[in-house]
Amino acid sequence: MLTSAVITGLGLGSMYGLLALGFHVTYAVSNTVNFAQGGTMMMGAVLSFTLSVTAGWPLMSAVPVALVACALWSILVERVAVRPFVRRGSNSWLMATVALGIALENVALFTFGRDPRGMPPNYLTSHFVIIGGLKTQYLQLLIPLVGLGLALSLHAFFQHTRQGKALLAVVQNAGAARLMGIDVERITTLAYALSGMLAGVAGILVAPLFTVSSTMGTLFGIKAFAVAILGGIGSAWGVVLAGLIYGVAEALVTACLGSTYTQIVSFSLVIASLTVMPNGLFGRAGVRKV
Amino acid sequence: MKNVCSGRCRFTLVAWATASIALAALAAPSSLSAQEPIKIGHVAALSGGSAQSGEAITRGLSLAIEEINAGGGVLGGRKIELLQRDDESVPPKGVVAARELISKEKVVALFGGIDSPVALATVPVVNKEKVPYMGVWAAGTGITRNGAEPNFVFRVSAVDVLVDVKLLDYANKKFGSIKPGLLLVNNPWGASNETGLLEAAKSNAALHIVGVEKFENADVDMTAQLTRLKEKGADTVIIVGNAAPGAQLMKSRERMGWTVPIVSHWGISGGRFPELAGPTAGDAHFVQTYSFFGKQGTIGERVLAALKKKYPQIKGPEDIFSPVGTANAYDAMHLLAKAITQAGATDGDKIREALENLSGKYEGLIKTYDHPFSKTEHDALGPGDYIMVRYDGEKIVPTQ
Repeated sequence: MLTSAVITGLGLGSMYGLLALGFHVTYAVSNTVNFAQGGTMMMGAVLSFTLSVTAGWPLMSAVPVALVACALWSILVERVAVRPFVRRGSNSWLMATVALGIALENVALFTFGRDPRGMPPNYLTSHFVIIGGLKTQYLQLLIPLVGLGLALSLHAFFQHTRQGKALLAVVQNAGAARLMGIDVERITTLAYALSGMLAGVAGILVAPLFTVSSTMGTLFGIKAFAVAILGGIGSAWGVVLAGLIYGVAEALVTACLGSTYTQIVSFSLVIASLTVMPNGLFGRAGVRKV
Repeated sequence: MKNVCSGRCRFTLVAWATASIALAALAAPSSLSAQEPIKIGHVAALSGGSAQSGEAITRGLSLAIEEINAGGGVLGGRKIELLQRDDESVPPKGVVAARELISKEKVVALFGGIDSPVALATVPVVNKEKVPYMGVWAAGTGITRNGAEPNFVFRVSAVDVLVDVKLLDYANKKFGSIKPGLLLVNNPWGASNETGLLEAAKSNAALHIVGVEKFENADVDMTAQLTRLKEKGADTVIIVGNAAPGAQLMKSRERMGWTVPIVSHWGISGGRFPELAGPTAGDAHFVQTYSFFGKQGTIGERVLAALKKKYPQIKGPEDIFSPVGTANAYDAMHLLAKAITQAGATDGDKIREALENLSGKYEGLIKTYDHPFSKTEHDALGPGDYIMVRYDGEKIVPTQ
């Protein structure tokens, strides 16, 4: 019973981690986040379902197209709902991204339909290994690996490459970065595209395990933001680890106490841990120069 | 005789007469409204995990309304018009929609959807507003047996307490179950069935319920609940829930490699259960009030032909999803039309009285109704009208 909870928790947790990674990327570069992340995740799942099942494309071409669409959508969110407000020094991008997320959900409701759909079985979902007496699909094993792999490569990118350092330079001092010849706008656009793709990956990976519907992203998006804060939004591997911890905690609460208590207990845990560690489990306090 | 009215006076008289005729026409619009349509409301899940149920009910209602209108309508040629609202399976949204239809659109009667919690929340509203309510899916016992006097809530559908007796009896007879375990959705519908199933078990000496587990609609992993039932020695699992969580339950059962028989209430047939649950969807045996498979009666043949004509995607019975929604709604609409005719008015109280004393027999799709309702019995269907079925691919086939 606990094995099953841990496996499910790791899978769900990786999804939270991937979405939270998207929050981290844009935050690290521009100090803004895209609250339409949950919607973007839904878009990844809905598009890959529509292209592969309804239009009959092979998964190999449906997935990249869905990911590119997620990236383009996130670029649009940045242009329309973030950049104009940031330029004026306003924080209204927060509500604007939420609004765009809701708009996207409604567009999906009218175009994709009102019925939740199920992905047909594929190689990753129809093959399994037995762990602790439970059939565990390859996909369930792959999801945490993808999450951790992406987090590690992002971490390496930010710490060890010229471009990665350029990205971080932007957030420290956009003006100075500009003088150093760094194209701040382009880098912010890139960060948004990357965050959209991460959300898309989460949606595509989670689709075969659960159901595909226009509302699937809402709760995921909220939990992912909680996870991003819990992990310390400035740390790439921190948010993914926090995602895994949150996912497993949630699954264990469900298994032991019943799902009625899941949200109450897991969100209380987040609040409690933030009281003790205000910068998140793996975050560092920002240095403020005076 | 002296002429008492001059030219000016005559003009005034004419003006008064014209004005009074106009006023009379305004005050008593009956003469003008003979051809005004009679509005019937329908509040159900038209989106979300049970969206198919709403569509199925819509099809049944539309078909019956077309037949009634083609036959000259009711109350001297008035056509019936259907107004729909989506409750998204959320009780407060259903209540708001019901109020809007009653107060703004002045609907004569309301039809409900699949969700018992929504129906239970709507019951006090229709009883207060004196608007007849026809349940055509939600089976919650307290929907019709709500204690109100007079009671405006009627139903052409299954009733939980009676279904619960049927489910346990079927588990025992079909699978030899003596130790069933319960897995119920954590909402008023689940609670209604928990009471019903525990009561039913008391009167059935052949079996003893070994455990009761709950799940939420958003749950994705139910191995914990299933494992607890397995540890308690459950030899059958009785489930009460809708299609999406029902499908996750079947997936969890498959992952555990547990081949325990599943006997289910009919909520799972309100969505794309076979697609969502995958290969083990056919293992769940569930209750229905009607099947379009097998030999059909005259009405069955007629409805099937009409469905094929109106919805070209329907080629045969296997293409009719959520058939109970269509069948229940079809019969209920016809019964309501008969009651309106018998009442001779659109007044809620008169229609209620007519429903409770419906004269003559009505040969419907599910059965021939003979006094389907009375003052104390507001459910038209009983255990004798229930059948057990399962999915075979996308088809729903009888198991008995």
